[in-house]
Amino acid sequence: MLEIKNLHASAEGTEILHGINLSVGKGEVHAIMGPNGSGKSTLAQVLAGHPGFEVTQGSVTYEGQDLLEMDPEERARAGLFMAFQYPVEIRGITNAYFLRSAVNAIRKTQGLPEYDPIDFLDVLAQKLRTIGWDDSLMSRAVNEGFSGGEKKRNEILQMAVLEPKLAVLDETDSGLDIDALKTVADAVNKLRGPERSMVVVTHYQRLLNYIVPDYVHVLADGRIVRSGGKELALELEDKGYDWLREPAVAR
Amino acid sequence: MTAVAPQTRRAEDAVAQLVADYEAFAANGAAGAPPWVQELRAGAIRQFAEAGFPSTKDEEWRFTSVEPITRTRFAVASATVSAAVRRAVEEVAIGESGERLVAVYVNGRFVSELSSLALPTGVTIGSLAAAAEGDVARQHLGRLADPSANPFTALNTAFVLDGAFVHVGRNVAVDRAIQLVFVSLAGSEPTVSHPRNLYLFDDGAQASIIEQFVGIGDGPYWTNAVTETVLGENAVVDAYRVQREHDNAFHTATSQSRQGRSSVYTSVTFAFGSRLTRYDLNATLDGEGAECTINGLSVLRDEQHVDFHTTLEHAKPHCPSWEVFNGVYDDRSRGVFSGRIIVRPGAQRTDSKQTNNNLLLSEDARADSQPQLEIYADDVKCTHGATLGPIDPKAMFYLRSRGLDEEAARNLLTFGFGAEILNSVSVEELRTQLDGIVHARLDESARKRSS
Repeated sequence: MLEIKNLHASAEGTEILHGINLSVGKGEVHAIMGPNGSGKSTLAQVLAGHPGFEVTQGSVTYEGQDLLEMDPEERARAGLFMAFQYPVEIRGITNAYFLRSAVNAIRKTQGLPEYDPIDFLDVLAQKLRTIGWDDSLMSRAVNEGFSGGEKKRNEILQMAVLEPKLAVLDETDSGLDIDALKTVADAVNKLRGPERSMVVVTHYQRLLNYIVPDYVHVLADGRIVRSGGKELALELEDKGYDWLREPAVAR
Repeated sequence: MTAVAPQTRRAEDAVAQLVADYEAFAANGAAGAPPWVQELRAGAIRQFAEAGFPSTKDEEWRFTSVEPITRTRFAVASATVSAAVRRAVEEVAIGESGERLVAVYVNGRFVSELSSLALPTGVTIGSLAAAAEGDVARQHLGRLADPSANPFTALNTAFVLDGAFVHVGRNVAVDRAIQLVFVSLAGSEPTVSHPRNLYLFDDGAQASIIEQFVGIGDGPYWTNAVTETVLGENAVVDAYRVQREHDNAFHTATSQSRQGRSSVYTSVTFAFGSRLTRYDLNATLDGEGAECTINGLSVLRDEQHVDFHTTLEHAKPHCPSWEVFNGVYDDRSRGVFSGRIIVRPGAQRTDSKQTNNNLLLSEDARADSQPQLEIYADDVKCTHGATLGPIDPKAMFYLRSRGLDEEAARNLLTFGFGAEILNSVSVEELRTQLDGIVHARLDESARKRSS
């Protein structure tokens, strides 16, 4: 599904990722953990195609395609989705309109008929039922005046509607209280499936109590310094990140 | 008097010419007006002659030169009805004919034969000239719009002849929009018209009012309008104003409203047309608990210039106000927004929020934003914010990461600036009409960029 090899990436001339290797199989959930500044979010943004980062070495293959050659919208249409750490406000455009535009853009490239506003309401209602939410965010302008929790919920809602094959969740837990975290994690769990892979980027182990990963990777100073099963997250919770950093420096 | 060539015509010459025009007007066709109107005019022309046209040295006119107006000799326009006028009215009027309330003004004069006015009980819509014969108009005309505050208001008042008169009686709720269509005709020579409008809403009245300003013909003309709006206690009024003059037009206008206790006034203004527009929108919250929303949108291209000057005056306590003005500027167009909020002594618990967002679609476009807060009470909340610039790259990436291509993302973000204001239009058919105008404008911009 996703094959990252020796990925180096920099922003404004400073290298942040120093050779990432990661392989994500179909239906697998991988957690990427690491301290602040370790490059977690950079990795997520590079995968989504953020123009602010330059890949200087390495390769990323997604379903046999060279992901790095694709524009952000091509990646989205190929089934890649990133839940933003800081979702952007879009003035004047309602959530319902925005979601329909996005779904139709993807359907168009797949040769499927576009939804009209009425049909799309049904699609939306069904998605909302799946994740157990109401439609209170639908008629509001995208992320405008949303609380932190609402913004994160809105990202997950987009994921539900866009039905990605690979979802990258960039610190979807940051800034959430425990109730909001549970709400978001519940919805994510409902969207898990054998056809959908996920990369869950987080600073805290707490999220992984609710979204239980198949694999855990620890990122420090732009490299994956340790990989393991879900128990690795608990170990990190106990010991912190420092014990993992030293071998990375010594290498 | 020597003839002045257009290119060397100075502002003083223009003032002298207008004073001479006034004298001819006062001696001639205007003589039929009641004495109090004649006095009003005489006072106003004196004020105009004294003040003259503003220059960019005046703080309130820093960003807007009226030189294109003073350079041109405008004759006083007369009203004629043609098939083109009928078509123009049909283009903007909404609702089924026979059921709708549409009053038409050609070069500022009420034209009964083009209007469709099956008036509900308690509602008067029609000609200011006719209303001036009665007491109600006399009580209110010229009481709100101050000729000494703005030379264009003075000029309008000096030439006051006709315009729209609307009166909705106590506790009357008008169930369909009151549509006022102002048609300016460009003739063989440049002409000016001075529509003068008076809208009165008694206690508990409820209505939506739509002003449409349109132009016919290619030559230059100048519309110089003044509107005074009075809201009694508990009156609820939505006022929409659509300026879609043609590209060679000049448009100067003032709107002054005064609200009574617990009244709710929503004003939404759109500017799409003219080469030069200056619109002063002044709203006074003059009763406790009154609410006021003033929103506006400019979508401009070529060398269009629109200057929105707003003044929200909080004169009484416990009044909230909201103000959002957005602009989308392409080519070498220019937008000016000045938002003054005045909180008078004693207007405690004022809660006022002002926002001005400007989107520049071209490197040559320009926007200036000037918030001005004058607060003379201590228990108030006033916020203001402004944004200015090209499309936000963060937002572009966000939309592209959801599958929209660059062009679709850009169009969506651009339309959002308009939609934010369009969303405050609650007359559905008008909203559809305006959506169409904004989309057509933005599609045209998009085509230009991609060609």
